Amino acid sequence: MSTAATDYTLAELCIVAAAEAFRHDGEVLATGIGVIPRLAASLAMKTFNPDLMMTDSESFLLSEPNPIGKRPADFHQANETWMGFSRIFDNVWSGKRHAMLGPTQIDRYGQTNTSALGGTYRQPKVMMLGARGFPGNSISHANSFFVPGHNSRVFIDGECDYVSSIGYNPARLPRGRSLDDVDIRRVVTDLCVLDFGGPDHQLRLLSLHPGITAEQVQENTGFALSIPATVPTTPAPTQDQLAIIAALDPHNQRAAQIADNPPGNRG
Amino acid sequence: MDKRLSARDAVAQIEDGMTIGIGGWGPRRKPMALVREILRSDLKDLTVVAYGGADVGMLCAAGKVKKLVFAFVSLDFIPLEPYFRQARQSGAIEVMEVDEGMMLLGLRAAAWGLPFIPTAVGLGTDVLTHNPEIKLVDSPYDDKEWVAMPALKLDVSLLHVDRADFRGVCQIAGPDHYLDDWFARAAITTIVSCDELVDSEFFHDPARAREVFWERAATSAVVEIPGGAHPSSCNPLYGFDVAHFKAYAASVKDGGIAGYLQQYLGADEAEYQRNVGGLDAIKALELPTY
Repeated sequence: MSTAATDYTLAELCIVAAAEAFRHDGEVLATGIGVIPRLAASLAMKTFNPDLMMTDSESFLLSEPNPIGKRPADFHQANETWMGFSRIFDNVWSGKRHAMLGPTQIDRYGQTNTSALGGTYRQPKVMMLGARGFPGNSISHANSFFVPGHNSRVFIDGECDYVSSIGYNPARLPRGRSLDDVDIRRVVTDLCVLDFGGPDHQLRLLSLHPGITAEQVQENTGFALSIPATVPTTPAPTQDQLAIIAALDPHNQRAAQIADNPPGNRG
Repeated sequence: MDKRLSARDAVAQIEDGMTIGIGGWGPRRKPMALVREILRSDLKDLTVVAYGGADVGMLCAAGKVKKLVFAFVSLDFIPLEPYFRQARQSGAIEVMEVDEGMMLLGLRAAAWGLPFIPTAVGLGTDVLTHNPEIKLVDSPYDDKEWVAMPALKLDVSLLHVDRADFRGVCQIAGPDHYLDDWFARAAITTIVSCDELVDSEFFHDPARAREVFWERAATSAVVEIPGGAHPSSCNPLYGFDVAHFKAYAASVKDGGIAGYLQQYLGADEAEYQRNVGGLDAIKALELPTY
């Protein structure tokens, strides 16, 4: 075992915590959208789950994750097969995928919103991306979420303004299906790690980042969390993990992902 | 059959109220020169089906779009397309918002002559709430309900490819042909612009023939427009024009689409290319790194 680091950023802590989401996945396509989820999936593939599959974020599957950002002119990526968008859907619908994405809203049911905020559907106050692939992802395979700013505008009271992905909401359960068919794994935020393993799929606190309290997490969440009597601290990255992350992110894009790039230990 | 046409004559086949599919993905390999020809026309009330980028933003802002069928509209490095947002936030367009894969299934259904394709995609989401025309069906084989994704029948598809011959054999040499093959098959009329017109012998090389993703019978018209995807990319020939997209995005707050079109559109593609720095500058645009 490598030694735990004492000097690390919150982004690096989140990458390591998010990588854990992929530990027991076996041979599935790991898709991390955004710098921290992509580095998390890459770290998992480079260390404890080499069976993961990963794309170059364009059109090839790789046997070795690409470093992010501009690469040297003589860099050759480790192509494994072509994986254009139409083939991505073949993979998605087969279920052999675990995606980690950052929706704008997440509600108590684990439903997410990537599309529109406020106003009416015909005329939203703020239009965002659209439903994208969230409906298909959520009904087809495992999904995790990363939230760089944990607050009650993301973890909202009530339902999402637009429901892009199916969650554990009995009122929306399709006929012939069970809530257990929905497979939401980890939610990693700048404050903590959660999952939907509480009573009746309630969002549950799994670990607190160093220096953060359960009260802080609850105050910044728009609905009641399931909080166990004792909540462990999110493990610090090891020196080995930090070295791998640095090699995967040579331009230090991870430093720009969480406001003010705070240290991992805020105690 | 010689399918070569000018951009103007090709786009003249489109009529008010038609349903138009546009190939490419976000800021990648969009048939932008053909879109500009629509912007120069008096066409209106179009229904547009696309994995949208600036094609959708420009057509919405110019008042060409009655209804948009979309899963996202994005310029990737500028995640939120400014004129699409403006159109949505002002309530200017009708929409059918679906999942990316549902759009593919809708195109496949149209291509295969099916009324719908059953799928689980969309269940439990607002894709169903806001599209009451998308029905649920029972399965004859299980007790579950399924989404019946309706065929997205297209009157015309607009596509851009690297190379084509005069009969409509089209090469996409870049890393991904996206869903262009399904746009070609789902449409009654498919208009393809190409960066280079080549002799049919070009395709005798089996490696090149493998880069042809639909048969020429699915191509109706071929328009040679070098640089015709600008400001989107046509990898490996050129990347997308980051500076131009930034200027385009900034124009939403300074001059609007009228100012943008006044500055760049021109009377034809030659004038457009002069206004954006010339074809050599387009071909020198660096390829993106993902």
